[in-house]
Amino acid sequence: MKRFLPWIALLALASVPMWLRDPYLLNAFITTGIFIVAAMSLNLLLGYTGQLSLGHVAFFGIGAYTSALVSLGFDVELIGGFRVVHEPWPVWLGFFLAILVSGLCGYIVGKLSFRVRGAYFVIVTISFAEVVRLVALNWVELTQGPLALTSIPPITLGLPGLGYFDFFSKQSNFYLVLGVVALSYVIIGRLVNSRIGRAMVALKENESLAVSVGIDVTRYLVLAAVVSAGIAGAAGSLYAHYLKIIDPDVFLFLYTVTMVIMVITGGKGTLAGPIVGGLIFGFIPVVARSFASPELQWILYGWFMILIVFVLPQGIVPAIEKWFGVGEEARGPGGTEPKMQETH
Amino acid sequence: MINMLILGSTYALLGIGLTLIFGIMRIVNFAHGELYAFGAYFVYFVAVLLGFNFFLSLLIAILAGCILGALIEVVLLRPMRGADIDTTMLIMIGAMIVMQNTEQYVWGGVAKSVSTPFPETPLVIGAFSVSWLRLFVFFAALALIAAAYFLINRTKLGRAMRATFQDRDTAALMGVNIQAIYMATFSIGSSLAAAAGALLGPVYVVSPQMGNIASLKAFAIVILGGLGSIGGATIGGFILAFAEEMGAGYISSGYRDAMGFLLIIAVLLFKPTGLFARSERIG
Repeated sequence: MKRFLPWIALLALASVPMWLRDPYLLNAFITTGIFIVAAMSLNLLLGYTGQLSLGHVAFFGIGAYTSALVSLGFDVELIGGFRVVHEPWPVWLGFFLAILVSGLCGYIVGKLSFRVRGAYFVIVTISFAEVVRLVALNWVELTQGPLALTSIPPITLGLPGLGYFDFFSKQSNFYLVLGVVALSYVIIGRLVNSRIGRAMVALKENESLAVSVGIDVTRYLVLAAVVSAGIAGAAGSLYAHYLKIIDPDVFLFLYTVTMVIMVITGGKGTLAGPIVGGLIFGFIPVVARSFASPELQWILYGWFMILIVFVLPQGIVPAIEKWFGVGEEARGPGGTEPKMQETH
Repeated sequence: MINMLILGSTYALLGIGLTLIFGIMRIVNFAHGELYAFGAYFVYFVAVLLGFNFFLSLLIAILAGCILGALIEVVLLRPMRGADIDTTMLIMIGAMIVMQNTEQYVWGGVAKSVSTPFPETPLVIGAFSVSWLRLFVFFAALALIAAAYFLINRTKLGRAMRATFQDRDTAALMGVNIQAIYMATFSIGSSLAAAAGALLGPVYVVSPQMGNIASLKAFAIVILGGLGSIGGATIGGFILAFAEEMGAGYISSGYRDAMGFLLIIAVLLFKPTGLFARSERIG
């Protein structure tokens, strides 16, 4: 039964556009799905390697801007009068370049910032995201700054023999996002259940012990950062081509917080956690908007966040698993084992 | 130049508050910037809406910051004693979101300004001219920094705080009431942040977004100066103000706020212990 659970969930979700006709709710599903992809990528770092990166939105935003700029084209003058002109490319190329560029940024940031740990790591990652945001805000020639990049084309895909797909409608975008969610689920699942995943968990549980048995800590951390950043970039690209407009606000700290709270609520270090948490937090605004102003929604959101950390620090998925007494296999190696009480 | 000194002295206040909380309690206080905004709003509330004397309002705002800090400590942090640093960080992020949006909810999105009893005409000394208000802010901030030094280095409470910083368990064995020290630390840190906001609010304007960037700037200052070092935080505040003025002057004013983050990244990559930390001690 447990083996089929992801398939049942996938089928149930795939049926949604068939019976749901309300465009607002469908839109909520799509944006939630995009954030679930981002939250899943964050979970790889936070849940499996135990590194809290609060700059994750940087990769999301870099993906969004890369993809948008590749498909819109740009004309920029760099320092020293050197001019770069880029003609618009097909959108699917933008999607892959978004993954590539975000992954590369993940590599650089990972290489540099994994020299420090704990609170320092958190602050370096935030700083990185804020610097990228300020660049997006101020490099008006490239990014249009606060005026935003507009009329970003939807993702199109030409398949030989099958014709030409255009992800313009909400329905098609829903399936596109669902496909990316499923693909990310598989990729992350394969990764964390492999040797690499076990190494990551080992260094989360006890870094010095992991080093002593010969695990190259920095290598695995950087690897996790690259994969994680790449997937976040893909999510960013989907976001840009779905909304068709992006501004420097995609780099806001609150988006990172949203991703983190999705992961924590669902259960960090579980494959299903970000999806469960993501659905909950994706639909809180939908429910809350009927009776609360945006500020009030955020206040509730903040209290909810505090409450979750107090009441369910391990998250919903591990709590359910414990409740039904089901075992390890679906959860990935050692994701949520009770940690030894640390003495402070 | 004068601008830089004023910014630097208030940044130092922010930094000292955060470095105390971070150093002694091991808590990454994301709500620090919101306490700063709280101080500014409180001055606005007491001085403009209730019509109190300006100087009295400053004192009340600092006191209110102290009480709010104690409240946060007791309600949100005390139950989570012993939790790891990531957990408390998330709680403080939640608190930050709540506080920021409460400000927005209560006061609206429009920036407020606070009028002061100082004369409009600036003080002119030779080629320099400086407004009385800014001069007052600078010296008030310096006085508060000096008070913080005195508190940490010369009083019994300060000695207990330093002992807790060095070794919590041993300090507890020696009869230091750790719970009380934590509460005192968080209240003092909060009141310093509120003081910085209360002083800077009348110089600029008071808006709900002001706390946003202040937390991150405070982190930059603390990291520049080295964890738990009050002297480092003081110098760090002035360095950040200097870097921002330089960044705004020579690169572009849009990149003013980026300077702090670039400094953080540079310091953590090349000298992670901070520029002035001899060893991990406080004072």
